[in-house]
Amino acid sequence: MNDAIRRVSTVAIVLLLALMVAATNIQVREAPSLNADGRNVRSIYREFGVSRGPIIVDGESVVSSVPSDDAFGYQRTYTDGPLFSHVTGYFSIVFGRDGIERAENEVLNGTADSFFLRRMQDLVTGHQQRGGSVELTLARKLQEVATEALGDQRGAVVALDVRTGAVLAMVSTPTYDPARLAKHSSSKVNDAYQELLADDSHPLRNRATSSVYPPGSTFKVLTAAAALESGAYQADTVIPAPDTFTLPQSTSVLQNFGGSRCSPTGEQTLADALRISCNTAFAMLGGEVGQEQLRKTAEAFGFNERSSVPIPVAASRIPADLTAPELALSSIGQMDIAATPLQMASVAQAIANGGDRLEPYLVERVRDANLDVVSEADPSSAGRAVSGTTARALTEMMVGVVESGSGTAARIPGIRVAGKTGTAQTTKDAAPHAWFMGFAPADSPQIAVAVLVENGGSMGSEATGGAVAAPIARKVLEAGLR
Amino acid sequence: MATVEPGTTRTGRARELGLLVGAVVLGMGAFAQVELAMNDTLPADFYLSTAGLIVLATALHLLVRRVAPFADQVILPVAVALNGIGLAMIHRLDLAEQASGRTSELAGKQLGITAVGVVAAAVVLVVLRDHRVLRKRAYLAMVLAIGLIVLPFVPGLGVANYGARIWISVAGFSLQPAELAKIALAIFFAGYLVTNRDTLALAGPRVLGVQLPRARDLGPLIVVWAVCLAILVLQRDLGTSLLIFGLFVAMLYVATERISWIAIGMVLFAGGAALAAKTFGHVAARFDVWLNPMDPAIYDRAPGGSYQLVQGLFGLASGGLFGTGWGQGHPDLVTFAESDFIIAALGEELGLTGLLGVLMLYVILVQRGFRTAIGVRDGFGKLLASGLAFVIAWQVFVVVGGITRVIPLTGLTTPFLAYGGSSLLANWIIVAILLRISDAARRPAPLPVRGGSAPVIHEASATPEEDADDEPDDAVPYPGPEPDTQATEVIR
Repeated sequence: MNDAIRRVSTVAIVLLLALMVAATNIQVREAPSLNADGRNVRSIYREFGVSRGPIIVDGESVVSSVPSDDAFGYQRTYTDGPLFSHVTGYFSIVFGRDGIERAENEVLNGTADSFFLRRMQDLVTGHQQRGGSVELTLARKLQEVATEALGDQRGAVVALDVRTGAVLAMVSTPTYDPARLAKHSSSKVNDAYQELLADDSHPLRNRATSSVYPPGSTFKVLTAAAALESGAYQADTVIPAPDTFTLPQSTSVLQNFGGSRCSPTGEQTLADALRISCNTAFAMLGGEVGQEQLRKTAEAFGFNERSSVPIPVAASRIPADLTAPELALSSIGQMDIAATPLQMASVAQAIANGGDRLEPYLVERVRDANLDVVSEADPSSAGRAVSGTTARALTEMMVGVVESGSGTAARIPGIRVAGKTGTAQTTKDAAPHAWFMGFAPADSPQIAVAVLVENGGSMGSEATGGAVAAPIARKVLEAGLR
Repeated sequence: MATVEPGTTRTGRARELGLLVGAVVLGMGAFAQVELAMNDTLPADFYLSTAGLIVLATALHLLVRRVAPFADQVILPVAVALNGIGLAMIHRLDLAEQASGRTSELAGKQLGITAVGVVAAAVVLVVLRDHRVLRKRAYLAMVLAIGLIVLPFVPGLGVANYGARIWISVAGFSLQPAELAKIALAIFFAGYLVTNRDTLALAGPRVLGVQLPRARDLGPLIVVWAVCLAILVLQRDLGTSLLIFGLFVAMLYVATERISWIAIGMVLFAGGAALAAKTFGHVAARFDVWLNPMDPAIYDRAPGGSYQLVQGLFGLASGGLFGTGWGQGHPDLVTFAESDFIIAALGEELGLTGLLGVLMLYVILVQRGFRTAIGVRDGFGKLLASGLAFVIAWQVFVVVGGITRVIPLTGLTTPFLAYGGSSLLANWIIVAILLRISDAARRPAPLPVRGGSAPVIHEASATPEEDADDEPDDAVPYPGPEPDTQATEVIR
């Protein structure tokens, strides 16, 4: 009988070993997917149960967690929530996370790989897991000025530090209060969310990064850049600038803004064409430069590329295989050309920085719960967009736009401002989008900015980039340079 | 095999005491951590509860020193450790319930039941001085077992909860008689098999190199199979059915050493279970839940959905490698976390590390049981000890395997850990019987062991009456009153 007992005893061990294997499988291999399952309220409890780190602007917490008396343990609070909402995002028990709350979630809840040593220490000392803090590059002053300047118009403003690529302001209007979505009552959160979703003006949308718009005449800067880079053109090269231009292979006639005349002689310099934003000149120039050169230049500036700052940024686009009439319209920023406000700010930054485009970023510094710096922003080049010579030529041409062209509303006394306006047609019935992109001071650039006002803002169909967007850019640049 | 050199065998009771101190410290530490994590203080009832644990462990240790001095030294500490961990977790779940405004005093009750279980174990140790007495009561045990199994059907006594008719209610206490029935059945199987093992082992035709039993010897197996199926169908209790059948097949194999019995048994049970799954919705539902728990349709299905299982999996997953720590997870999110799903609760708060530790305690307990079976000299004792050891392992496998998706989920309790009076009482009685048999196994024989005697094959035609007095082949005389005298004389 003893042999049989030994064998049964082995079977018993094997049964228990099978349990150990199964438990290991669940607790190690399957754990990540189980923890991520939407039906697992534990993840929410755990997320809320740890002291989530703050989000900091100018040395002050704008988002932080305070202990609460309910089952969750901590309540996320947003000071000046609407001012920073599209950057900070929200942290909701029902709808998850958005913005930096989502992009830097692992830092904020303390599970990031870079915190490994800290977590090991906490394990030994018995500390509860604590989150790290995220310091943003935003400057409160610029954020306030941009928000106020946009007012109740729908639009976006992005300001970048020319020398680092740091995002100094990122505003999208209308805005919302993340605190309403961070409440611990799921019915209240749900009501607030449904209300925001139902709103026609889409307050939850970050227009600066996730929406693309036809850039209109601001794109002429890229067409000019493509022409200069081709080597066949200089700023003073005289190009045809007729009153009307019949699109190739078509009977459609392209006019200048308001049917005006670009030049009495029917031709002008490239710099003058940009200064007064001559449509016919640039439509023809695009055809001369060719779509290969145009797309190559736009891609060097970041078009056709998704990125993250670390908030995800939609790809701005310039299609391939354009027909001749499409290329003509694309050269003036219409047709299928589309760009995010952040993209256009980045174009301005690259030109201001002598042609070297820097990766835009929102996170300046990450610290662990003991306030030790874990990582710090390291400005990095996104690649050379154009040569230094081209950048200098474009800068002078853009200064002309502000000093005596379509963008005079952006002038700042005592400071040379470079810029370009844009008035982008959308559909027949809707008012055009008003754009302005630029930087200042032109001689030693510090701040690059892009402004978009949807459908003309308060001026409606009468709006132009020069009238609506340029004054907003001026206020932001002034605030930044003061 | 234990060494049996007369006069030199040490009782090793000091070792047991040392291990017991460790076991009690484990339980107390768990309690203290729960209190400190959830209340930041050690309340008065902490000292009361842990003092209770210390008193019970000490009393049983002292009793074992007196009445079973040669008993295995590891079994008792392991049982105390498991019981203590279970108490701490039940207390922790009480605190979670109280925190959300409900009253829950399960830990206090469980401590009371522990006391009852320990007293029952003590009574068994005192009354049962020789386990072989039980062999004479094998058929009485059978009657008792069947009586216990049908109790829930008695009108006015039986209670159906959550679709399973396995409880009885006596004076406000609910009992699960099947838990006690498993001990009676182990005694009956051991008695029956030790008498009939030769017939079952040797007779029968050979087919394809496998020795098959004779058709008429299949009778008892068929009867047990039928009873198990009846439990499955009538009481809707897959767990108990699986438990009893597994116990029988394992003991049948130990008695006969014939693989064909296991094969026949597994085919029979698989066939019966498949038929039941086809015929009865609640069995089929268990299979769905087992195979596709994450399927939203099955998750949301009520009743019979995978909600509870998946919540348990979520708990285990959130525990990860090292767990959240006592009192810092959310095991209360799982329904029946204190009973059926206590393993998920432990896996969440103690992590994989803690869970493997708990499973290792079962491995040790079960191995000590099998060691006892190998060490003891009479066939009945071997069968009973291996049956009881196997039933612990099997029950852990069935319940924990259900939670970890090795097999379909059934409604069994985890031995010693889970809240539940009948289970705890039954397992303490099992500990007492194992201690008693191990005492016999390690007790030095007053006379030299009959060395080198070849096993004697008994005549297959022996009558049951003769068999009852027949010593099994590898037995030695027991150094006490002859077991075939009156039971009253056995008690010294």
